[in-house]
Amino acid sequence: MKRIFAIALMMAGAALLSGCPKKHNVIETPNAGSQVSGANQGDESASASGRALNGDAGTQGMGADATGPLARKVIYFDFDKSEIKPEFADIVSAHARNLTGHPGFKMKLEGNTDERGTREYNIGLGERRAQAVRRALMLQGVAESQLTTVSFGAERPAAEGDDETAWAKNRRVELVYGP
Amino acid sequence: MNRRISCLAAIGLTLFCSRTWAELVVEITKGQSDAIPIAIVPFSSPEAAAASFDVAQLVSDDLARSGRFKSTDRRDMIEQPHTGAGISFDDWRRLNNDYIVVGQVQPLGQDRFNITFELYNILNHQRLLGYQISANKPGLRLASHQVADMVFEKILGIRGAFATRVAYISVLGSLPHKDYRLIVADADGENPHVVMQSGEPLMSPAWSPDGQNLAYVSFENRLPSVYVQTLKTGERHRVSARAGVNQAPAWSPDGKKLALTLSTRDGNLDIYVLDLTTQALTRITDDPGIDTEPQWSKDGQSLYFTSDRAGGPQIYRIGTQSGDKPRRLTFQGSYNARPRLSPDESQLAFVTQEDGGYRIATMDLRGRGDVQVLTKGHFDVSPSYAPNGAEIIYASRDRGRGVLALVSADGRVQERLVSSEGELQEPAWAPF
Repeated sequence: MKRIFAIALMMAGAALLSGCPKKHNVIETPNAGSQVSGANQGDESASASGRALNGDAGTQGMGADATGPLARKVIYFDFDKSEIKPEFADIVSAHARNLTGHPGFKMKLEGNTDERGTREYNIGLGERRAQAVRRALMLQGVAESQLTTVSFGAERPAAEGDDETAWAKNRRVELVYGP
Repeated sequence: MNRRISCLAAIGLTLFCSRTWAELVVEITKGQSDAIPIAIVPFSSPEAAAASFDVAQLVSDDLARSGRFKSTDRRDMIEQPHTGAGISFDDWRRLNNDYIVVGQVQPLGQDRFNITFELYNILNHQRLLGYQISANKPGLRLASHQVADMVFEKILGIRGAFATRVAYISVLGSLPHKDYRLIVADADGENPHVVMQSGEPLMSPAWSPDGQNLAYVSFENRLPSVYVQTLKTGERHRVSARAGVNQAPAWSPDGKKLALTLSTRDGNLDIYVLDLTTQALTRITDDPGIDTEPQWSKDGQSLYFTSDRAGGPQIYRIGTQSGDKPRRLTFQGSYNARPRLSPDESQLAFVTQEDGGYRIATMDLRGRGDVQVLTKGHFDVSPSYAPNGAEIIYASRDRGRGVLALVSADGRVQERLVSSEGELQEPAWAPF
């Protein structure tokens, strides 16, 4: 058994080498490429997690600090809902200003759901959440070309567990600056 | 070869058996009270063959696992005949056996064996089967499943599906570093092979009708793409990596097309058909709701799918010819999704919400559309029919872990397949 796995892994590993995600090194923004750091902490403000913004390109002139809305990059949703709750409006607005102020910036919106329900339908729900954030950003002037969406459905949980505590952390859209 | 079944309790309908496999433990959680008693006598084997494989044990395990048979424990066998001439029918009858299988394994020179077996009806002494199968050493396992298939079919009139395979996703590791594997194993969980492995999610494995290829979704590069991989060669092709969603591949019955879920720029999920030869893409649904999880009818003329166009997810059917209007099939409950057609198209299996839990249900497609909820779990999803339609394999959770489980299509027999490692998801039973 072990041997079968090892051989198969070597083959798969070779196939994967060419497919590794590229490093987001074009624009340095807090937590860029670090998808789960915020959600691991257990609430929507956690993605700040004390990381200094040290004047990188993404926040120049924004007057943001480590706990400001621009440092927060995860928006959480209610069960089976894709409406952005009022408490996340300032996060959306801060990132909208950042993106409109830097037309060269690009953002990927990663939609996620909790584990309940069927896997493919959850892909649809995650996409719907990502689209809700995309629309909100565009309503505040962000160019369509700056935004892409992807839905992981329930496949990339931020927290493990079969309870509401974990589920609440998993129903989310992550805002990822990238090339 | 220490694979003794240990039955701990038999209370009414509930029967707990567990068997330790290399990879999976099979627990029969709900047995059939009228299971047919059958004795699979150890096959006589010259030493060389005996050392290699216990054919009778595997046949016995297969039949017991189906829930339709009760295999007699070897310790209760008063004699161990190897041919029909050696059977004392009255003695076996007194031990309440209805059927008996006797046989032999003989070496045929280097690395090759002949399995000879006979099936008898103990009540009337009638010989129902007499066959010889030859196999090399690695093929003895498959040959044994074929013996079980023949016995199953002869007695029940249903083609056996023991000599088939199942694909599934196994997720190992803990956050934030998960390892996703697409695995193909024998239907009893043995012989697992990793088909594809990735640090990003793999999902929705789907067998081509000829069993040669698997279509699946891979998020390598952190974007979803649909791949088709040929099992024999490992060769794989990316068949859909369009902007947005690329999901839920389903093979047309002729194996020439894939139904897929794709999205428009504003994220609206609809169902499309991709011709794998010409690459022509045909849009099938056009609705602002989520349309996904397509499954073909046998004639290739319609697709069953999930849509939340009326609010919550429900199951619909639409013709694949353009301009057809979808027809809603499920009305009971607020959540009915991921339809799968039984091989004879008499039944639809799907996921339904009941008492806050997600469970496997079936709908009768020939009568009045009666719905039967088959399982009692909270996270039962991803049903997939055995190619003979007798059982449905699905994904469930057991003490916080993802496991695979089986339920007979009539709900009478239930089993759990517990893996020694990893979260198991999305089983897809291969065709014959």
